[in-house]
Amino acid sequence: MAAGKASGEILLVRNANKRFGGVQALKDAKLTLRDGEIHALLGENGAGKSTLVKVLAGVHRLDSGTVELNGKPFIQGSPRAAMEQGITVIYQEPSLFPDLSLAENVFISRLPRKGVAITWAQTRDETKKLFDELGVDLNPERLARGLSIADQQVVEIAKALSLDASVILMDEPTAALTSSEVARLMSVMRKLAERGKCVVFVSHRLDEVFAVCSEVTVMRDGETVAESPIDKTSISEVIKWMVGRELKEMFPKVDAKVGATALEVKSLNSASEFKDVSLHVKKGEIVALAGLVGSGRSEVARAIFGVDPYDSGEVILNGQKLPPKRPKTSVARGLALVPEDRRQQGLFMISSVARNVAMEMLNRLSKLGFITNKQEINLTQKWQEKLQIKYSDPRAPVESLSGGNQQKSVLAKWLATDPDVLIVDEPTRGIDVATKAEVHRLLSQSAADGKAVLMISSELPEVLGMADRIYVMHEGRLTAEMARNEATQEKIMFAATGEKVAVAGKKR
Amino acid sequence: MTGLLMRGADKPKSVRRFTWDVTIYLILAAVLLVGFAINPEFGTAFNFSAILANMGEIMLIAMPMTLLIISGEIDLSVASIVGLSGVVFGYTYYFGGVPIAVAAALGILTGALCGALNGFLVAKLALGSLAVTIATLALFRGFATAILGNESVAEYPEAWTNFGYDTIGTSFIPRTFPLIVTFILLFAVLAHLTSFGRRVYGIGQNVEAARFAAISVTTYKWILFILTGTMSGVAGIVYTLRFSTAQWDNAIGLELAVISVVLLGGVSIFGGIGSIWGVVGAALLFGTLEALFNLQGISPNVFTVVTGVLLISAVVIPVALRRLNQAREFREGAKTRIPVDSSTGSRPKEPSGGS
Repeated sequence: MAAGKASGEILLVRNANKRFGGVQALKDAKLTLRDGEIHALLGENGAGKSTLVKVLAGVHRLDSGTVELNGKPFIQGSPRAAMEQGITVIYQEPSLFPDLSLAENVFISRLPRKGVAITWAQTRDETKKLFDELGVDLNPERLARGLSIADQQVVEIAKALSLDASVILMDEPTAALTSSEVARLMSVMRKLAERGKCVVFVSHRLDEVFAVCSEVTVMRDGETVAESPIDKTSISEVIKWMVGRELKEMFPKVDAKVGATALEVKSLNSASEFKDVSLHVKKGEIVALAGLVGSGRSEVARAIFGVDPYDSGEVILNGQKLPPKRPKTSVARGLALVPEDRRQQGLFMISSVARNVAMEMLNRLSKLGFITNKQEINLTQKWQEKLQIKYSDPRAPVESLSGGNQQKSVLAKWLATDPDVLIVDEPTRGIDVATKAEVHRLLSQSAADGKAVLMISSELPEVLGMADRIYVMHEGRLTAEMARNEATQEKIMFAATGEKVAVAGKKR
Repeated sequence: MTGLLMRGADKPKSVRRFTWDVTIYLILAAVLLVGFAINPEFGTAFNFSAILANMGEIMLIAMPMTLLIISGEIDLSVASIVGLSGVVFGYTYYFGGVPIAVAAALGILTGALCGALNGFLVAKLALGSLAVTIATLALFRGFATAILGNESVAEYPEAWTNFGYDTIGTSFIPRTFPLIVTFILLFAVLAHLTSFGRRVYGIGQNVEAARFAAISVTTYKWILFILTGTMSGVAGIVYTLRFSTAQWDNAIGLELAVISVVLLGGVSIFGGIGSIWGVVGAALLFGTLEALFNLQGISPNVFTVVTGVLLISAVVIPVALRRLNQAREFREGAKTRIPVDSSTGSRPKEPSGGS
């Protein structure tokens, strides 16, 4: 890999491994940080960046591998120890004490004292000095309540400086900032680097990365796939590194007869979540909504289904306008949503499998509102056969099932309603490979049965393998639409990170 | 897993044995045996008649309260509703001169309206039910005082007061008993054999999942508050007739007995878990214990202490057993089943393969 500046290596991560259940989050990962640099840590969702950041923050402990800080082994597993050793993490949304002043927040862990009395003047003056050094105009005596996220981050940075941190990790700090706030944060980052601090910038916004960073490390599937000085690489090369996953898993999408438009969304707007989203899905089609986590895809799905409100626009289901905020009506008219988080949104975890699977069929199963366990169990057994759900007893709590079988239970619950339009949000997240293939087969079968499927997915191979058509979302807007045969991982990633698709076209 | 916390019929046979509702009936049987053994008056018809009559109002209110707490809400204003509806009943009959049946209907309607107000504030305006119903506890009691002041209405037709305190024929069964059994059966069916009941449990277990399951959470909660208010109204009429008195401080403090019985019956204060049968058992246990203590001449204060201990047991034992189960499962399944790392906030990592 490219050699950086010869001197000043401050933090070395080598052969880092970390496993969560069946998922290898870090696989022989490495990271090299030097004094005075702004280092970009890049990768798709789930590439391992966050796990690595959390190891350095003292939240996680590596299964194996070494972390060396200033030539000494880094003591893992304690956020407090991490801070004392000079590593500070600035999160996307800092958590200051709202009813304390900014100065108190900065010095919270060790307010300057004379005897037992806190020397407030000193606290205030030192905070002011730190703010001045960072070039921001904030009053140390105001309360933290009501401070913008950008200003809260600055307070956190001042706190890091007061603790004499040598490495400052910023985990997607710009995601919630306006462009002028981003510019100010960048100038703060540069000032930190001038003072010899090492700043790690985790971001999906490649333009920002290329504007401010000097080094870049790219991760994919838990491995470090590239390390390079920023001026020796380009946006398109970085994107190639990020997505360069082989399409080894096959996702068979059976060809289905494409029919009339089943779901049409016309310029849907929601003030804070998404803007001007228009899309359509036809019967027999699987349409993917790709993009990064947090780009507004789930929010669009929730608005369509009616769980969340929207400000303007229309949702048309089978040629009929769907009223907003009426999930019951949506279900009655043939819409189903398999939500993103099956534990929090998809299932009643302590209830039985049968209760869960039959939940949406209560009206159709019951006579005059009466329902028995037997009816629910019969329905569940029918769907167990169709979907190959593995459970010991339909009366067992659904939380006793494996993740894959939980997901199949959610799918069974919604497929039982025989919907015309099926929206699935990250349908294979966190489930094993074999079950994943079965879920794909089910979605494909649903499309073949004439259902319209809208699939939200962060996994590019899944999107490319399954979808007839792909929409890409970036920061609340649709940035691209492409047919199956013109889509590539690079093209989707360009659109998902807000770069112009045309650039990708040239590179191909 | 959480077998002990769950209603039995929905669970596999292996976990059904140790449910809390069964435990309650075992304790009840033990108390009955002790009672028969140590006090000759305990086994009399008069005693059982008194137990059933005393538990009447508590049972009537505990039924909808069970569903309400299962849905994740609570109503502390029920005793005030009992007082207010009794006052409306007595006032409209005695001073208003309306037929007594109409007065009773007005009393029950008052209860329904009180419940509707609670429901509006909690479900529609999304205010906390604890705070709202503490406020309406005071409010409804205040209305009762405003209507009757310090007066009381104590004159009712004999046929009606007999309903309140007489027994059926020569048996020990109170005349109110069939009414109460009818309501118990109605609520048992509602909770355990209807779509409505299924959704109430869902709302209590996970309100977000309930919204994603297209359940109108607001409407359901509102209905539950109205049911609770209405049943408190019914209890208000029964209470007034039983003591042949309507006055502002009827049934003061009764909400504690009702909620104690519901929790003792195995209903989780966090919602989502519980059964009507457990609560009925707990009410019988509560009443039997009270009667036994009375007969033995033990101070009511001791009974209060015992109730407290039972209540703490009802809350603590299921939770403790659940933790024990989880710890055991964690040890047994350490190789195949990895707990979600709650500190990450990231996507849950799942174990692979079947359960």
